[in-house]
Amino acid sequence: MIEQTLFYIAAAVLVFAASAVITVRNPVVAALTLVLCFFCNAAIWLLLEAEFLAIVLVLVYVGAVMVLFLFVVMMLDINIAELRKGFSGFLPIGVTVALIMVISMVLVLASGYFAGPEYVPLKHAAEYSNTRELGLLLYSEYLYPFEIAGAILLVAIVAAIALTHRRAKNNKSPAPGTQVAVKREDRIRLVKMKTEQQS
Amino acid sequence: MLENYLPILLFLIVGFGLGIVLFVLGYFIGPNRPNPIKGSPYECGFEAFEDARMKFDVRYYLVAILFILFDLEIAFLFPWAVALDGIGLAGFWAMMFFLAVLVAGFIYEWRKGALDWE
Repeated sequence: MIEQTLFYIAAAVLVFAASAVITVRNPVVAALTLVLCFFCNAAIWLLLEAEFLAIVLVLVYVGAVMVLFLFVVMMLDINIAELRKGFSGFLPIGVTVALIMVISMVLVLASGYFAGPEYVPLKHAAEYSNTRELGLLLYSEYLYPFEIAGAILLVAIVAAIALTHRRAKNNKSPAPGTQVAVKREDRIRLVKMKTEQQS
Repeated sequence: MLENYLPILLFLIVGFGLGIVLFVLGYFIGPNRPNPIKGSPYECGFEAFEDARMKFDVRYYLVAILFILFDLEIAFLFPWAVALDGIGLAGFWAMMFFLAVLVAGFIYEWRKGALDWE
């Protein structure tokens, strides 16, 4: 009973926040309502007893991905009046894409694939650990996809550095490595000379 | 299982309740006498130079995306650590290989100077 109430609260806030993401004018506010979406989604996943996924959603998406979104929103110099100018020109394309998405969602949801009783999650005892179950599956049966995920992360590191890293060194900061490696002979030159007579 | 989360639910309720109560109290009790000069933006005593919506450096983006990647790596470690006694040596070495791949990426980014902030 209390779970159903919580589900309806989270779902209502989720729908509200998701529609706010696409309707608010300010892109920064849109990104922050997307954060609210993620929190509500985490609550719903927690109600489905997927505790690890819920916590990772908050940790990774709210903690990291949304920071990236905010940086991107602030990096693109968004002029709101400029954006709203050509809005009606994009209307046919937008309506077409929206229609295709609605039709495909209706087809998927109406197919009865998600309707069976086998998709109602089981209730587990208090000591059940979703994280452990996930680990047991991920590191035995799904080892290969897991390693592929590692390779994809590596590719993402290389790609991010290749795309955004600029080696424009326009300051005169010294390199600490060469400073440490300096020997006495590099700096001091001893010159032998005769002592001069005081006259 | 969900009964373990009851304290968190109570925490959320108290947190939201306290936040709402404080806002409502401030709205009704606090004095609110705005005037145009008080509400205008100011910048340490002189007129504002430009719009607050200025472009961020692309380097913030690089730091953020590298943070996401290593955050994901950490997220994979939690179920591995919890299930370590049930996955055997294969699971253990799989994670070691995964970590080695990402350490290679870390060394690459370090050598490339992506972590330097000039």
